[in-house]
Amino acid sequence: MDIALEQVGYTYAAGTPFQKQALHDVNVRIPSGSYTAIIGHTGSGKSTLLQHLNGLLKPTAGIVRIGDTQVTKETKGKQLKPIRRKVGIVFQFPEHQLFEENVLKDIMFGPLNFGVEEEEAKARALRWIERLGLPEGTAEKSPFDLSGGQMRRVAIAGVLAMEPDVLVLDEPTAGLDPAGRKEIMDLFYELHEQRDMTTILVTHSMEDAARYADHMIVMHDGMDVLQGPPGEVFADAERLAEWRLGVPRTVSFQRLYEEGAGLPPGPPALTEEQLAAYLAADLGKGGGAS
Amino acid sequence: MMEKMVFGRYIPGDSFVHRLDPRSKLIFVFIFIAAVFLANNTVSYALLLAFTLLSILASKVRIGFLIGGLKPVMFLIAFTFLLHIFFTKEGDLLFQLGFLKIYEEGLRQGIYISIRFLVLVLMTSLLTLTTSPISITDGLEVLLNPLKKVKFPVHELALMMSISLRFIPTLMDETDKILKAQLARGSDISSGTMKERIQAVVPLLVPLFVSAFKRAEDLAVAMEVRGYRGGEGRTRYRQLKWDWRDTTALLILLAVIVALWFLRG
Amino acid sequence: MERILSLQDVRFTYTPDDPDGRHAVDGVSFDMHAGEWIAVVGHNGSGKSTLARLMIGLLFPQEGTVGLFGDTLTEDNLWEKRSQMGMVFQNPDNQFVGATVQDDVAFALENNGIPFEEMTLRVQNALKQVKMDTFLDHEPQHLSGGQKQRVAIAGALALRPRLLILDEATSMLDPQGREEVIRVILDLREKTGLSVISITHDLEEALLADRVVVMNGGRKFAEGTPQEVFLKGEALTELGLDLPFAMRLSALLGEQGIGTEPGTMTERKLVEQLWTLRSNR
Ligand SMILES: Nc1ncnc2c1ncn2[C@@H]1O[C@H](COP(=O)(O)OP(=O)(O)OP(=O)(O)O)[C@@H](O)[C@H]1O
Ligand SMILES: Nc1ncnc2c1ncn2[C@@H]1O[C@H](COP(=O)(O)OP(=O)(O)OP(=O)(O)O)[C@@H](O)[C@H]1O
Ligand SMILES: [Mg+2]
Ligand SMILES: [Mg+2]
Repeated sequence: MDIALEQVGYTYAAGTPFQKQALHDVNVRIPSGSYTAIIGHTGSGKSTLLQHLNGLLKPTAGIVRIGDTQVTKETKGKQLKPIRRKVGIVFQFPEHQLFEENVLKDIMFGPLNFGVEEEEAKARALRWIERLGLPEGTAEKSPFDLSGGQMRRVAIAGVLAMEPDVLVLDEPTAGLDPAGRKEIMDLFYELHEQRDMTTILVTHSMEDAARYADHMIVMHDGMDVLQGPPGEVFADAERLAEWRLGVPRTVSFQRLYEEGAGLPPGPPALTEEQLAAYLAADLGKGGGAS
Repeated sequence: MMEKMVFGRYIPGDSFVHRLDPRSKLIFVFIFIAAVFLANNTVSYALLLAFTLLSILASKVRIGFLIGGLKPVMFLIAFTFLLHIFFTKEGDLLFQLGFLKIYEEGLRQGIYISIRFLVLVLMTSLLTLTTSPISITDGLEVLLNPLKKVKFPVHELALMMSISLRFIPTLMDETDKILKAQLARGSDISSGTMKERIQAVVPLLVPLFVSAFKRAEDLAVAMEVRGYRGGEGRTRYRQLKWDWRDTTALLILLAVIVALWFLRG
Repeated sequence: MERILSLQDVRFTYTPDDPDGRHAVDGVSFDMHAGEWIAVVGHNGSGKSTLARLMIGLLFPQEGTVGLFGDTLTEDNLWEKRSQMGMVFQNPDNQFVGATVQDDVAFALENNGIPFEEMTLRVQNALKQVKMDTFLDHEPQHLSGGQKQRVAIAGALALRPRLLILDEATSMLDPQGREEVIRVILDLREKTGLSVISITHDLEEALLADRVVVMNGGRKFAEGTPQEVFLKGEALTELGLDLPFAMRLSALLGEQGIGTEPGTMTERKLVEQLWTLRSNR
């Protein structure tokens, strides 16, 4: 399911003295089956953009195309619900959305709302509890008796159980310890690979964007200023700095090395493994000799 | 979300009225509210209206903005106006349309009541528009201070009020976020039977309460760590200063009251 | 050097009535000297926040003692000890008490009965230290997360504390916000010699400390200079901790047959070794 935004603008509190235009003329295409990372400074409009992807916000200008559905400012609320079944969003700190008396019910909430049969919803919930590595017996517990990391997983399971075609993630790992962060990011990546699920990640971590994404959108002051594969986006550190963004650690280390060694800047190393291979190659060891 | 509300909001600025001490503004408005009921004839109502307009001018708040903020109460004013027009049957008959009869006295009463209403709303709006909520709280705390003698928890009440005010925008943001998260999970608050709608509120309310409790707990800890132990032995960072402006404002108000008294028919 | 904090065999459980209940902090001891900077790291739920709460007397240990500035912390000297400490928490929104920046910074001063003239001076100074002195009348909803955390630090500094405890003060911030806050803290350390305990998941932040305490399941797993602690390598990753970037890269380079000095923690040191390797090629 392709997603495209055409000349999309969005203004908060339009028509009051406090109005604030958060998106200007945004043109974005998210190809079906891609892993797209959206990066940008605080307040650049990432979360606003993201809420257009499943009709939580309707554009105040332009068109949002989600598969063969169109959303414009005239679109009625009723028409948005089918979109929400296809596009699942994991918000920042998703554990804040838990409310049921037990984990099982909370995970079933989404599927039931979208008309999934009780039996099937339950089967899905149990499947996702296991898939997310939650301990046995979690299903019957109150979500509020779990640890922070477990609550986060339950909330994520609640979105995954809707089995959306597109998964949208707004900084899904904020506040977790490094191991928890890596586990969850790896899980999303696996789902993306195995189910060919279109994945859209909003993140402040350039490392995550570089490691997982195959496509990137850079936002600045409510506009899409750059789109392309991470290799291209991270090639120009100076331009990113103008948008108050950095490059991944691997790239800054690579540039430091190249500078001291008198080498021209090579294609950016997107993962630590790539960086090690690049360095090894330059030092005449490991992979390819130079 | 918060941004949409115009009525009753504080608009920072620099004017004679903005600079008044919150205590004098509070006293002023309370006395004014009482004084409004002195007016009972055309001249005295005109004086009230003029005085209100003068106050607005002195505050440099845009009239258009005030009128915009009045919209929610306009309906009430119009309603009381009509009520008086149709139910007062004294004086000369001015106008008749079918069974509708409008009498001179009805029209007069309608206009008077509307003015009364209008100046009350305008003056209180002016208070909230030119005084930050926290100054109002400060002013109230000091004014109510004598009540401490009868063990009334003035300080605690003021602190509670200022913290509530401080958290209103945060909680509104929070509501918006939770609402969106549940909408994304297919919850539907705007349609269905009454029962369904009530049920749809649960996924919103539970997280809101959980989060409000968490915030309250965090806040209590943060306050304790910073040495908060109730009002005793505390000093005040916000100093209220009563100066010539405050005295002037109250003197002018006094003059108006005296005038109203003599103008009474 | 003066010992300002001393934990002796501290044990604490949130469920004292449950005989099988887990101890959130289980027999932890360590000392801290004036001017030191200690980083506490550990996985989620390892007892870091509980430890911090014990230090500032929000909780009292069921066993063991907490010593502060030479005395054992008790219910009686609690407020006096607390007035010499500051603490900043994780969530920027939930610790902003005042209506505006300056009110928030003044809050601790008001509580401690500091006279008005002195207060205005201290508020100004504290805000200058965190570079927020041009934001006096700003309301919290118009500040970024990093700015709110700097205000919270100023609120602690205004009391002129001898010990500052930061409980994941940067973990909810974006990279810029985090950097702002870390820079402010580094600056403080240099200028004031303030003692800091910083609880963090960010290892690059931990690398800046004099000493690192690693918590695991309520126990102290390791303690030492960043060098000593991170040399444990895999033992730490097994606890769900990360290693500094330079160390991870060194390990990967090792797999490629490129040997670097063990225990190279900083990128600078690593890149220098690589340059040398290159020129000796
Ligand atoms: N509900 C709202 N009402 C008014 N303005 C808003 C609202 N939500 C966001 N804004 C404004 O719109 C702009 C874009 O905000 P948005 O949340 O999309 O940014 P972001 O890129 O997600 O930032 P962050 O990285 O901090 O999450 C900001 O200037 C913000 O202040
Ligand atoms: N108020 C509480 N009541 C009961 N148990 C608690 C409470 N606070 C923490 N715990 C438990 O105590 C243990 C230690 O928690 P603590 O908050 O100290 O961990 P932490 O290392 O700070 O974790 P994080 O990295 O998530 O902040 C955990 O098992 C936690 O579930
Ligand atoms: Mg956002
Ligand atoms: Mg903690």
